[in-house]
This record gives sequence, structure tokens and C-alpha cells, in this order.
Amino acid sequence: MSSETIALSTVGPDARPIGERLHDWVVTVDHKKLGILYILYALFFFVVGGVEALIMRIQLIVPHNHFVSPEVFNRMMTMHGTTMIFFMVMPVLFGFGTYLIPLMIGARDMAFPRLNAFSFWMTAFGGLLLYFSFIGGNGLYGAGTAPEVGWWAYAPLSSRAFSVGHSTDFWTLAVLATGVGSVGTGVNFIATILCMRCPGMTLGKMPLLAWLNLVVGGMVIFGISPLTAAQIMLCIDRYLGGHFFDTQAGGSAVLWMHFFWIFGHPEVYILVVPAFAFVSEIVPVFSRKPIFGYPIMVAATIAIGFISFSVWAHHMYTVGMSSYGNTFFVFTTMAIAVPTGIKIFNWLGTMWGGKIQLRVPMLFCIGFLFQFLIAGLTGIMLGATPFNWQLSGSYFVVAHFHYVIVGGIVFALFGAFYYWYPKMSGRMYNETLGKWHFWLFIIGFHLTFDFMHIPGILGMPRRIYTYEPGRGWETWNSIVTIGAFFQAAGILVFVVNLLWSLRKGEPAGNDPWDAWTLEWSTSSPPPDYDFAATPVVRSRRPLWDLKHPEDPDWKYE
Amino acid sequence: MFLAGGLLAASLCFGAPTDPSQSTNIFKPLSTPAHSIFHLSMLVLAITGAIFAVVFSLLAYSVAKFRKRADDDGREPAQVYGSNQIELAWTVIPILIVLVLFLATARVIRSIQDAPQPPGAIEVTAIGHQFWWEFRYPALGVVTANELHVPVSNPANSTPTFLTLLSADTDHSFWVPRLAGKTDLIPNHPNHTWIDPQETGLYLGQCAQYCGTQHAKMLLRVYVDSPEQFKQWVEEQKKPAVGNDAVAEGRHIFETTACVNCHAVAGTVANGRFGPDLTHLMSRDTIASGVASNNRENLRAWIQSPDSIKPGSLMPAMQLTDHDLDALAAYLVTLR
Amino acid sequence: MSSAAYTRTTAEPEWVLPSRGRVGMFSLIGAESAIFTIFVVAYIFYIGKSVAGPTPQDVLELPIFSTICLLSSSLTIHLAVRALRQAKVGAFGLWWFVTMALGTIFLVSTGREWHHLIYDKGLTVSTNLFGTTYYSLVGLHAFHVTVGLLMIALAMVFTLFRKVKPEHSERAEVFSLYWHFVDVVWVIVFTVVYIIGR
Repeated sequence: MSSETIALSTVGPDARPIGERLHDWVVTVDHKKLGILYILYALFFFVVGGVEALIMRIQLIVPHNHFVSPEVFNRMMTMHGTTMIFFMVMPVLFGFGTYLIPLMIGARDMAFPRLNAFSFWMTAFGGLLLYFSFIGGNGLYGAGTAPEVGWWAYAPLSSRAFSVGHSTDFWTLAVLATGVGSVGTGVNFIATILCMRCPGMTLGKMPLLAWLNLVVGGMVIFGISPLTAAQIMLCIDRYLGGHFFDTQAGGSAVLWMHFFWIFGHPEVYILVVPAFAFVSEIVPVFSRKPIFGYPIMVAATIAIGFISFSVWAHHMYTVGMSSYGNTFFVFTTMAIAVPTGIKIFNWLGTMWGGKIQLRVPMLFCIGFLFQFLIAGLTGIMLGATPFNWQLSGSYFVVAHFHYVIVGGIVFALFGAFYYWYPKMSGRMYNETLGKWHFWLFIIGFHLTFDFMHIPGILGMPRRIYTYEPGRGWETWNSIVTIGAFFQAAGILVFVVNLLWSLRKGEPAGNDPWDAWTLEWSTSSPPPDYDFAATPVVRSRRPLWDLKHPEDPDWKYE
Repeated sequence: MFLAGGLLAASLCFGAPTDPSQSTNIFKPLSTPAHSIFHLSMLVLAITGAIFAVVFSLLAYSVAKFRKRADDDGREPAQVYGSNQIELAWTVIPILIVLVLFLATARVIRSIQDAPQPPGAIEVTAIGHQFWWEFRYPALGVVTANELHVPVSNPANSTPTFLTLLSADTDHSFWVPRLAGKTDLIPNHPNHTWIDPQETGLYLGQCAQYCGTQHAKMLLRVYVDSPEQFKQWVEEQKKPAVGNDAVAEGRHIFETTACVNCHAVAGTVANGRFGPDLTHLMSRDTIASGVASNNRENLRAWIQSPDSIKPGSLMPAMQLTDHDLDALAAYLVTLR
Repeated sequence: MSSAAYTRTTAEPEWVLPSRGRVGMFSLIGAESAIFTIFVVAYIFYIGKSVAGPTPQDVLELPIFSTICLLSSSLTIHLAVRALRQAKVGAFGLWWFVTMALGTIFLVSTGREWHHLIYDKGLTVSTNLFGTTYYSLVGLHAFHVTVGLLMIALAMVFTLFRKVKPEHSERAEVFSLYWHFVDVVWVIVFTVVYIIGR
């Protein structure tokens, strides 16, 4: 059949000179290359952000430690948060989306390939700009300084008066640049998913990954822009003498908080919904059943997308809103727990009655389910305002959100890495190394983040470069730090696995997992044009229909 | 399983600090707001603990029971697409749970935030600075720093302390876990909180909103005094500074160096507001907002080089000679 | 592998999806609306809160003429796009030019208003809260008008070189969505700044 001969003839070793191949990567508009660029970029900053975390944890392993100065610690604290969110998690999720969405909907590329490239390079530029602050933060005089205002840069700490020099400007402009890139990606996701699906793939028949990234696109459009606006206002304050957040001139520090968190809360759903998408693709394949309750999963995600814009001030329960204001946000915060819980139950329903294969991608997804459950529950605790008055600003919150981001999102991400690595590279990863990665990382994760809740309950605030002895915090901090090193070891094994398997892994073939969505019908890696002939589908699992012509999905959907 | 009980057990049993009076455990409340929060948190922990137990069991069970067996026949299991009844069940039950949590929470919010101020309440204005606390008692005419004195409040004869929270610079947060939840101090945005400690003693806390370099060392000490002790403390604080001719040299240095730009000593020319009021400096146990014990050596070291004790604090090194430092320290220790 | 899922059957209904350009532009408009909303919220929040300095009542005059120009340009751009769709390239060029002229008048008018405010009334972005929020909001809008005008000018150049053809009418229409958005934003800004805020 012509599609197979076309596919075979273009997939072979690239024999062009190295300069030409690198140039190809720099000027590419191909979604697969851009996806991989995003992912590699994010992996680099994952390591950088991880080092920043280790520096903080070493400083905190005992009270009154002198590993780093307070200024350096506060810079690490700011850079770690900013890096991990804007230059690790968002790029890697956009990377997977960019790579997978066209392949899963039977398209040849994203709707706007050049916008895709522009978005990546804007994000990349933002990262470089932020890190340039280490050199240029203080202008020409003395050594540079990275920003040390925390990743929320609360006013008026971020004003010219309290943040001297240019370090905060680097933060503002870097995040602004990357925000522009993110909006570009959001536009691209929406246009691609709405306008480029292959024939037969109605909205009700597209993979959940496509649906969830559509919702992410919508959240990016409306959620990133408030931060962009606030950044512009901050620049006007710092450079043009504006007074948006200048409390001396009658400005409001609380206004910054509102604008920031109107971005900040949808942002965390922008981070977690793609993780949901990975889990929704991986768990069915390794349970050998379709996702349980597809329409409800779609509805729940859309609900989460909308409700996420109404909960933001649960990050602000301590700033002195009225009791009515606080109560409203308790209501919306509790409300969002319902669709989120429904999703967990549906994943469980998918596993129930299946034939679960405990391969590495599935191990990470099971870890995700366990940890996201706990993270959601500590989120409910934090959503109850009076309880929040004790827990916020403490290590309990730090434990909670790392539980979501590391225990949830990063675990799902590792699942996605292992699941789609064969498709992207053409090789199988090493299963043993993968299992070592999983166990080292999960042990380290729990050592660090389970026990991190306790100092919070014992009254330890966050963002402190050292702490007082005698309050019962010492033991827990030491355990937390030790866990961080286990996690680092797991990441090391992971990177080794990725690199080793690239050379030595078994050839993967088109469909190593016996999966059901369209990307598994292409070669591994796919040809430049993705599909030789545009596929036509009749159900949510076109490859299931092909493999089981006697029992196709479209008879039951 | 472990979540609710574990956290509680861990914090109550293993969280005991070496010195119990240094505890900042939110689960050891000693004041009505902290008590209300504690009771609500127990309800929340119980509910979330139960949810965890149920869902975790289902997860563990499905992984164990539905694993692919070694002797698997290679056929795909029954392809189940969903079930409307099950979806309904696990939508309605969470909605009910969430409703209960919401109502319980709303009640406690009102009871704490909208509590009326009784006539016998002590009024304190707390002003957050980088990196110290200013406390004013407007009705009593007292100004002090970092160490807050309040009378114990017994339920029969309630004398709570109501605080107005302001800031002179960036955002801060007043958090003494055993007495109340935290409330932020935000410039141009006055806030209010209240405590009614039911046992005398010293209660620790610290700033809980990142405010700059020395956020970590903006410590709080709340002394809950018996009514007599409090009355005596107020009387002492209202007096102007102790005059002592033996330390005239030190006093002269204080008044002619830049000290008076930032510090106030009642009854003298020193009237600066940027730094803590020093009129009754020696009535405090610590300096630099709880960072060091208040004694002559530490005072001297602090004046010579604040960065050696609290790097990044806003007090500049005063560039005084050793002789002047000794005289100055000798003067300061007379400010009882 | 069988190609059963890949073969198009003869009784296939036509597979129609929305146009990428339109969806993309609406998404962009969504994002920009969110940015403007935040600036409008800040403006409204700070009404009456300036500690000192000129107030809106003191210094603002209704920019009636420039508003009429800008809103009319929505009509003229619509006429231009319709002409192009009907293959009347000459008429398109004419209406397109009028649109550009109207937009330019609006910008020049804003510039003159600002000159008057800065030099005659002493209101700058750093004067007080009103100054900050006024120049930011109106300036953000003017920035969007400027970007739009640059695109219009570019298309004008292409038209003069006879490069614009009827098959480009879809692109012109997608662009005109942006221009309409800019006008709708002006209606909101005008209402908030010159009517509600004064």
C-alpha cells in the first residue's frame, strides 16, 4: 500500500553534514521538532531548577546553617519557582502537546507552524533573559544578582523603592516574554484542535489528550493575559513612575495580588490538565480498556476550566478580605473539588476489571493517582479559610503544591516520557533503568514531601533562609533534605536511560504498546509529513477498530 | 489512612520541641480563634481522612486484583465504556461532602472575623517594618517593639486583645500559631485580628509573608501576663526614659550621632520613627526582633555591625570607635 | 495492516471545519480582551482614589470627533472587505485607504489630546493614580490601533503594487476582525474613562 512505501523511504539515518542538521533544527517549523526542542529545553531547566532546590535544602538541613547567605537563598527561592513553572513545566507540557496533537488528530502539523516556532523561541528567550540576571542584574556595577522577590513578586516589595537595581526587571521581562510565547501556543492549540481534525473525528471522537489541551488553550488565552497586564503595569511603575501598586500614592498592593492570582490559579490548572491528559491516554492502554466515562471526563474538564477562574482569592485568605469575600471563595474552591474528584474515580473505573500491565509508564501513573489524591485532599484543607489562616505561608502549603506539581504532574510527565519515547526516538527505553528511576524517585518524593507537611503544622513559615532551633522543626527538615537527594539520583538514572536508549535501545516499531490512537499508526519516529494519506476515523479508538474488525468501538459509542 | 491520624499524631507526639514553651504547633491552641480553627481542622481532617481511606483502598485493590497474571490468555478484558448510575453516585456524594465542609467553614469564618470587640478589650496597633514589629497601645499611651505584652483572658471576664495591623513598607504577616491564624500587614490596607490567650506564658511566632532579605528573622514574642503583671508593665512603659548621669557620655554620643534619625527615647531629643523605640529597651528579652539576647555584648556587637547578627537588616553599621561603642552600650543598658 | 479505517466511502458527508484564520484571530482577541479587562478593572478601581493632582473632571474633554472617525472606520473596513470579496479591487483600495485615514486621524487626535494634557494641564503617567491609569489604558488601546494601522499600511502598499487579489478577501476579513475588536475596546474605554469616570 502506498502509504507504507512512502513512510519507509523517508525514515532512515540522516547523512547530511552536522551544520546542516543543526540549522534544520534552528529554523524548523515542524511540530515534532519544535516539540522535542521544548522538551529538551525544559529538561535542561529541570536540572537547573533542581540544583537551586538542592542548594536551598542543604541550607535548611539544620537550623542557623551558613551554607549560603540570606540573599543567595532568597534568589534561589525566587529562581527555583520561576524556573520550574515557566521554563520547565510549561515548556515540557507545551512540547508534548505540540508533538502529539497533530499526530493524534490525523493532521500534518499545527494550524500555525510559524507561530509555533515563534512561541518556542519567545519562551526560550525568556529563560535566557531570566538567567542573564545572574550577570546583569545590578547593571554594570558589581556582580549581577538574580531576582529575590519570590516568584509572585508581591507589591510593594517589587517596586523600585524596595527592589533596587534591575533584578526584578529581568524577572518581569522574562516572564512577559514567555507569556507571549504561551499565548501563541494557546492560540495554536485551539486553532489546530478545532480546525485540523481528520475526517470522521468529530469533537466527540477525538482523544482525551486533544480535548484536554483544547481546554488548556482556552485557559492560557484568558489566564496568562492577566499576568501580562500586571507585568506591564509593574514596568510602568518601575520605569515610568506609575503608581499602580505604589501604596504611598494611594495605590493598592492587594490589587497586584488579585491580578497575579487571577493568573496564578488558572495557571496551576494549565499545568495539571495536560498531566490529566497523559494519564487519560496511558491508563487505558495499560489496563487494556477504554477510558471509563469519556463524556463525563470531557464535561468535568470543561467545568474545571471555567471554575478555575473563580477560585483565585483562596491564595489571599490572609490579606483581609471581608468574611463574605472569603466565604465566596471557599464555595468556589470546594466546588472545583467535585469535577476533579470525578476524574480520579473515572481513572479508577478504567483500571477496574482490566488487565493492568505494570510497565514503567503505568507505574508512574499509579503514583500520580495516589499522590494527586492526597494533594487534592490537602488542597481541600487549604480551601477552608480558617484552617488556611494557620496553614498558608507555611511549609504545609509548600508541601501541598509540590505534592501536586511533583507528585502529580511530574509523575504523569515521566509516564508520558516513557510512553512516547519509543514513538519519538524509534527506540525502547531500558525497562530496568526505568524501574530504578521510579523507585528511587518515589522514595525520595515521599521522604521529602510527606514529612514536609509537619513543620508547616508546627508553625514553620515558608521562604525563610534559616529557622530557630527548639521548635521541633529540625528532624523533619533533615529528612526532607535527604529525600531531595534520592530524587536527584532518580533523575540521574532517568537522564542516563534517555541517552543510553537512544543508542542502544531496541527498535520500537510503530506500536510497541498495542495502543489505539492515531499516532501509533505512523512509523517511529514519524515521517516529516506525519501521515502519507489523511486518515478517516469512525470512533475514538481507530486502531482498536482496525485490530478488532469484529468488535469495533463505533458500534458501542 | 495515615493522612489525618498520621499528621495529627506526628505533630502531637513527635513534634514536641525540646522546650515545650517554644512550641508553635497549630494543634496546641490556647486562644479562641486558634481553638475554633483547631476544631474545624479536626472535622476537615476526619472527612479528608475518610475519603483517602476509601479511594486509596479502591486504588490498591484494583492494582492488586486486576493485574495481568503471568498465565494470561492474551484476550482483552470486557471493554466497558462507562456507567451513568455510577457517575451520578460519585458526583452526588462529593457534592454533599463539599456542602458540609462549606457550611462548617462559613460558620467559623464569621465567628472569628466578625467577632464584636467587647468593651474590656486591649487595643494594639501593630506596624510591620522591614524587619521588626512596632507595637502601639493608643489608649494606654505605650510604644514598644517586637515583644508584645497582653493580659491573659479568662472566659468569664474576657479581656481579649484586638490588633489593628498596618505596614510601613512591604507586606508582612502576624502569625503566632497557638493564639490565632495569621493576618497580613499590608501598606495602605489596614487589617484586624484578635486573640484572647487563656494561659499566661510566652508565645512565639514570626512574620509569615516574605518581606525581603531578613524575613526569616522577623520573630514575634507575645508575653501573656496576669492582669497585675500587665498593669505593672503598662505603668513602666508609660514612663519617660530613665535619666542617669553616670552614662552621660553614652547618651551624648547617642544624641549626636545618627541614632536619633531612626530611634526614639521618650523624654529626650531622640524622636526617630524608622527604627524601634528604645525608651524601655532593657525591658525586652531580645534585640533585633527576637534574634539575639538583650545584653550588653550583643547590643555592642549589633551597633558595631548589624550584619554580623542579622545580615541585610536596615540598620547601618555605625562606624564608631571602640571607646564610643562601650560608652553607648553602657548608656543603652540603663534604658529600663 | 488493513486500511479499512483509511478508505473513504462514497457516501461520506462533507467534512467541514471552521477556518483556522478566524479561530486563531478570535482566540487572539480573547487573550487581548483579558489584558484590556485587567486595565479597565484597575482604572475603575482607582476612580476617585488619587491622593492629589488633576482629576478627570478637571482635564478631560470628550473626544467626540476622533471617536466618530474610529467607529466609522469599522464601517469602511467592512465595505472594503465586501468589495474585495466581490472582486472589486479598486473599490477595496479606496475603502481601505479611507479606513487608514480615519485610523490615523484618531491616533493624531489622541496625540494632540495627550500633548494638551501633559503640557497645559500637567498630567503625566507619574502625576497620580488617575494619570497612571489613564495613560496606561488609553495608551494600550492606542498601541493596538498603531499595530493595526501598520498592518493596514502594509496591505495598502501591496494594493498599490497590485498584489492584492480577490482570493485574499478571507485574510482581509480575518484582519478586519482585529480592527472591529479595537473599535469595540474603544467604546468600552470611552465609556469608562470619559463617561463613568468623569
